Amino acid sequence: MSQRHHTSGHHTSGHHTSGHRAPDAGRAPLLVVDDLRTEIHTPRGDMKAVDGVSLTLDAGETLGIVGESGSGKSVLGRTIMGLYTTGSTMTVSGRVLVDGADVHALTAAARRELWGTGVGMVFQDPMTALNPVKKIGLHLTESLRGHGGLSRAAARARAEELLRLVGIPEPARRLDQYPHELSGGMRQRVVIAMALANSPKLLIADEPTTALDVTVQKQILDLLGRLQDELGMAIILVSHNLQVVAGRADRVAVMYAGRIVELAAADALFAAPRHPYTEALLASVPRLHHPPHSRLEAIGGAPPDMVAPPPGCRFAPRCRYAREDCRQASPVLGPEPGPGGGPENGPGNGREAARVSGSEPGGEGARVFACHHPVRPVTAGGS
Amino acid sequence: MAWSVLKRLAEIAAVLFVVSVGTFALVDLTPGDPAITVLGEGHTAEEYAALRDEMGLNDPFLVRYGSWLGSALHGDLGTSLIPPNSDVTERIAAALPVSAEVAVLGLAMALVVSIPLAMWSAYHADGRVDRIVGAGTFGILSVPSFLAGLLIIMVFSNQLGWFPRAEWVRLGESLGDNLHHAFLPALTIALAETAMFTRILRGDLITTLQEDFILAARAKGMSPVRVLFSDALRPSSFSLITLLGISLGRLIGSTVIVEYLFALPGMGTLIIGSADKGDFPMVQGAVLVVALIYVLANALIDLSYGYLDPRIRRAHV
Repeated sequence: MSQRHHTSGHHTSGHHTSGHRAPDAGRAPLLVVDDLRTEIHTPRGDMKAVDGVSLTLDAGETLGIVGESGSGKSVLGRTIMGLYTTGSTMTVSGRVLVDGADVHALTAAARRELWGTGVGMVFQDPMTALNPVKKIGLHLTESLRGHGGLSRAAARARAEELLRLVGIPEPARRLDQYPHELSGGMRQRVVIAMALANSPKLLIADEPTTALDVTVQKQILDLLGRLQDELGMAIILVSHNLQVVAGRADRVAVMYAGRIVELAAADALFAAPRHPYTEALLASVPRLHHPPHSRLEAIGGAPPDMVAPPPGCRFAPRCRYAREDCRQASPVLGPEPGPGGGPENGPGNGREAARVSGSEPGGEGARVFACHHPVRPVTAGGS
Repeated sequence: MAWSVLKRLAEIAAVLFVVSVGTFALVDLTPGDPAITVLGEGHTAEEYAALRDEMGLNDPFLVRYGSWLGSALHGDLGTSLIPPNSDVTERIAAALPVSAEVAVLGLAMALVVSIPLAMWSAYHADGRVDRIVGAGTFGILSVPSFLAGLLIIMVFSNQLGWFPRAEWVRLGESLGDNLHHAFLPALTIALAETAMFTRILRGDLITTLQEDFILAARAKGMSPVRVLFSDALRPSSFSLITLLGISLGRLIGSTVIVEYLFALPGMGTLIIGSADKGDFPMVQGAVLVVALIYVLANALIDLSYGYLDPRIRRAHV
């Protein structure tokens, strides 16, 4: 009980990004993900890394995607971008529409054009996301020259401007340096500058601060917030760390075992989680006002094997509220499901999520979750 | 930087010193006697003793080595023991360009073919082309070079008649003719090298293509060709470059089979022929020059690591 109280208190103080959102009732959302599935073919069998995810994102909005390692959130980000496509090692089904364009139906060349100009990605580890044998300048100018069609001199000038934009001192000098001559935080700024090179409408930040130390984490997150203010892009912020998402996302999707188990406005979700997994995640966050050496709540067990996920609710084996019916039937993602669970998880599940999420008038605050026996809201959370 | 260059030069000098001692000791270590080589059959014991004295063969090892090395450092490697007793340095100066040209040409052909082939294979690893390339390179590697050479001669020279089989035309005489004559030997060399380069580079490229920075480059919207050349090739080329250096040294000194098949007046033929006749100064000189090229080629390779990876530049060269 006490954790819930704390989270709500924590959240009211840190909320500052909701203002970015400019809901435009007449317009289609920037991003529509509809029943997306990514199966990775492994020698052991097909791993359902993303298993029927649907969501929408409006221009300028920030969506947080949280979950444990292995929940499929990074694969989801890469599949949304189309970096992962159907091929010899994986199968992708479902649809991803960016500005109305079906990412997975595009030709390879058209998809590259989209990456160059519409969608950018920030990677987890700035130590490995930059090519060690290429100068910083080349990292930035090659896409400017390729997609922006800029001349050598113009691309260099723009690259310098981008480095200044992401807060790198002495940008002109940095252009001629190699990645190993920069600190981790500086490198991540370069990675962000690379993603911003052609002013994308959507930025997918995949664990952008996980590899950085804590003080630098805050700087990078503040930078992303500032850039969003200035450039008006939508951000998908993928993280295993709830605190990274708290106060920065408008809405938060909680992923578990390849599926979204709860999706709600950030403040509502943090104030009163409905899915037991969300509750457990929130409880496992250490708080400054906890007494020293107090025991950290951990979620027992491990995420399921996604080659052969358990029947029924995938969180049931680790869930303290689980009952018999949880192991029988998969709960459906929806607003306040009736008792006894819904039909088997199927394509309809995803459609429903798309319908109730932010794209609908008045739907912004609508919460969806997939649980037969949800946590009862104690306070009047959400809207 | 200056210090590391000096250190490097000292290393080269040390290697060459050891090689020169080894080469010079050939006279003492191998069966045969330079004096017998010169005199041939039917000589008296007095004639033999006098010649040995005249050639300085009775002097202590260090004295003989010292005078040979002293001359060698001035570019004088002595004269052949076999009539017409030509100058060793001149003979090497004539043979070396032939071997070097064929070797460099062969390696260039191998690189031009193997780099795109390895890229395609690695980019579509386990695809159809990759499997064919894998089986093909393996097959080529298991064919001995004399057989490959014979097949190449049979097809391109005897049947198609596109290229001459023997007779060497010097680079100075006619560039076109020279390349025409050098093509088949270079092709024979290139065949095995291509197979080796392709396999090595493919493996390294597959590792590099797993890197985050490749994903990041793709996420910027770079085309696959651009990603391969601009991002993947350089970090993947360390093994290839190392192999290239070793191949260059090896090919210049010991492509005897290819030189023999195409009747090339190169270094391999020179060394084997001289060794066969007991022409010690010629063997010593030629081996020393080959060793020098080997050492310099590998020093050059070491320097190129710094070019390939800027992180090495500061650490140590």
